[in-house]
Amino acid sequence: MTPPTTAAVQPVHPQDHLLRTDRIPHIWCSGCGIGIVFGALMAAVMKSGTPLDDVAVVSGIGCTGRMAGYIKLDSFHTTHGRAIPFATGLKLARPQGKVVVASGDGDLLAIGGNHFIHAARRNMDLTIICVNNFNYGMTGGQLAPSTPFGAKTTTTPLGSPDEPFNFCALAAACGATYVARWTALHVRRLTNAITEAMNKKGFSFVEVIAPCPTAFGRRNKIRRALDLLRFYYDRSVVKNQLDPGEATIDFDHSLAVGKFLDIERPTFLDHYEMVNRGEVEAWPATGVDASAAGKRKAG
Amino acid sequence: MGQRVGLEVSLACSEAVKLANVDVIAAYPITPQTHIVEHLSELVADGHLDAEFVPVESEHTAMSACVGSSAAGARTFTSSAAQGLALMHEILFIASSLRLPIVMAVANRSLSGPISIWNDHSDIMAERDINWIQYFAENGQEVLDLTIAAFKIAEDKRVTLPVAVNLDGFVLTHVIEPIDMPDQKEVDAYLPPFAPQQKLDIANPISMGLVGVPEIYTEAKKACQVALEESYGVIKEHWDGFAKQFGRQYNPIETYKADDAEILLVTMGSLGETCMSAVDQMRADGLKVGQVRIRLWRPFPADDFLAAVKGAKSLVVMDRALQPGSASGPVATELKSLLFDRGKQMYVSNFVAGLGGRDVTRADFAGMVKKTMEAQSAGQQMACEMWGVKE
Ligand code: SF4
Repeated sequence: MTPPTTAAVQPVHPQDHLLRTDRIPHIWCSGCGIGIVFGALMAAVMKSGTPLDDVAVVSGIGCTGRMAGYIKLDSFHTTHGRAIPFATGLKLARPQGKVVVASGDGDLLAIGGNHFIHAARRNMDLTIICVNNFNYGMTGGQLAPSTPFGAKTTTTPLGSPDEPFNFCALAAACGATYVARWTALHVRRLTNAITEAMNKKGFSFVEVIAPCPTAFGRRNKIRRALDLLRFYYDRSVVKNQLDPGEATIDFDHSLAVGKFLDIERPTFLDHYEMVNRGEVEAWPATGVDASAAGKRKAG
Repeated sequence: MGQRVGLEVSLACSEAVKLANVDVIAAYPITPQTHIVEHLSELVADGHLDAEFVPVESEHTAMSACVGSSAAGARTFTSSAAQGLALMHEILFIASSLRLPIVMAVANRSLSGPISIWNDHSDIMAERDINWIQYFAENGQEVLDLTIAAFKIAEDKRVTLPVAVNLDGFVLTHVIEPIDMPDQKEVDAYLPPFAPQQKLDIANPISMGLVGVPEIYTEAKKACQVALEESYGVIKEHWDGFAKQFGRQYNPIETYKADDAEILLVTMGSLGETCMSAVDQMRADGLKVGQVRIRLWRPFPADDFLAAVKGAKSLVVMDRALQPGSASGPVATELKSLLFDRGKQMYVSNFVAGLGGRDVTRADFAGMVKKTMEAQSAGQQMACEMWGVKE
């Protein structure tokens, strides 16, 4: 009997078929949380049951943005901040496909913040995964819209004077239909959340609190990746169904995680088709009494 | 007296901004500009610079915030590159048409796509027509000096226009060079505090940024363009003044071994120094080659350029950006149109080289000169060539 070749015994990772292995090694630092989220995304793609040909991954610029380059699916690496508008176009052109946007906090909610609120308002059927590591990692750790008040970054060496956004509250307030937040150490729940978000019709948003030891941890005296991962995890309190407005990221009292919102609302395409079919009543539905309006003006 | 220090060129730029005592800096991170603004945020945080540092949420906001602060009479600085500069595009026109003397360092980087963080001039060439004064530094000392001078020029009441100081990304921004650092007293003697001619002031209300109806739009544009053209004399005056104060002379057009040269290489930015060394080598090989470096790009110093090339037979023009659909790159287009207007016959070849961070070596310059000489002696006109394209 011939001995088995090395290739034959080489264990194949169950997610390898979703990975552009020729692009590995990746650029992420050791201990970075993005890799965990990337793994959860690949697992969720499998779990969601969507045919792989029907999934597209779109990302913007930044460390998280590199996901689009590593995943072996239709993917697009857009310019900084423009992942959501690109994904919107993709979804409108190919409504049967699932479009996942995976990007960082700075990309999605600072330079791209306007697109985020309007896509949520229209209830575009997109899955948005936001890796929130509280700073711009790729450019060396500058202030982001998520940086906690008082935290240090390279552009706020004395501590941030800005109040950060609560992304989950923002998404819900703007009209998202699914909103969840987990830390990078809640791997199973995170995977489930991404799976649910993919299968949800409407603007679904999953925020992941992830360590960036290189840029953010280092400046805030939590240098070791595992310590940072633990720091977020230990402070998290699972509060499913919590009003997203109250789902604060409070590092001293409670860092709320969980599935905060899961509701039904017609998507942009539902409404768009209704309008095109002429099924929408004239606005305003109650009609206008021109003579009454005129009288009031005169009076 | 100042002192000589070893400093990363980005930091030299920030130190110049500190010496210029700016009031407001609004910026958004983008490679390879980041170190400039990071160091400024440190200088502000450490109390070395009494300024407001605003880390905004996009470059569009950065330039908008600069317009606001400059309109309120504050000395204002920002820095960007590539996509970031492109995102500012809309506001760059507003800054010049409102005649706001903002100073911006552009850490030149190629525009995506494909995504590239490396150096070329495609970012600033896409902003060529914004009516800003635009010039290029070739090394760290020039970055420091020309940044200080930028405030003096921009705020001169005969000018009041924004200035873009270009420095090549990575090749300059990320290298450490010996820098003569002037002391504060010398800089203060050269650069007085900003005294705006008009500003938003509650005591004397004015309106800015209003509609220009067809009856006045053309005249408003004309006024702005004339201000840019006439800034030439002021730029020269303040560069000469800089030489008096600090002992380093800058000119709109610089030359190297050009006097008796038959062939002149034309460069802009940090390629100039590699090119000088290539010229030395070609001279050693017996070729009558020299070099012309364009420092001032806008307003273009036409007479200085013509004077610099008057004795030569041919020009080898380097472009670090494409002008797709046109017969030449942007620099060569400028020069050919100038030569035509002034009725000057010269053989001009044009090479687009060093795109997206590709190195341009001495051998490349020698290759371009050789190719030009061969074509010229064979009587062939050369089309603009993208140098070193792999088959
Ligand atoms: S810089 Fe931060 S976010 Fe980027 S790869 Fe490194 S650890 Fe991750």
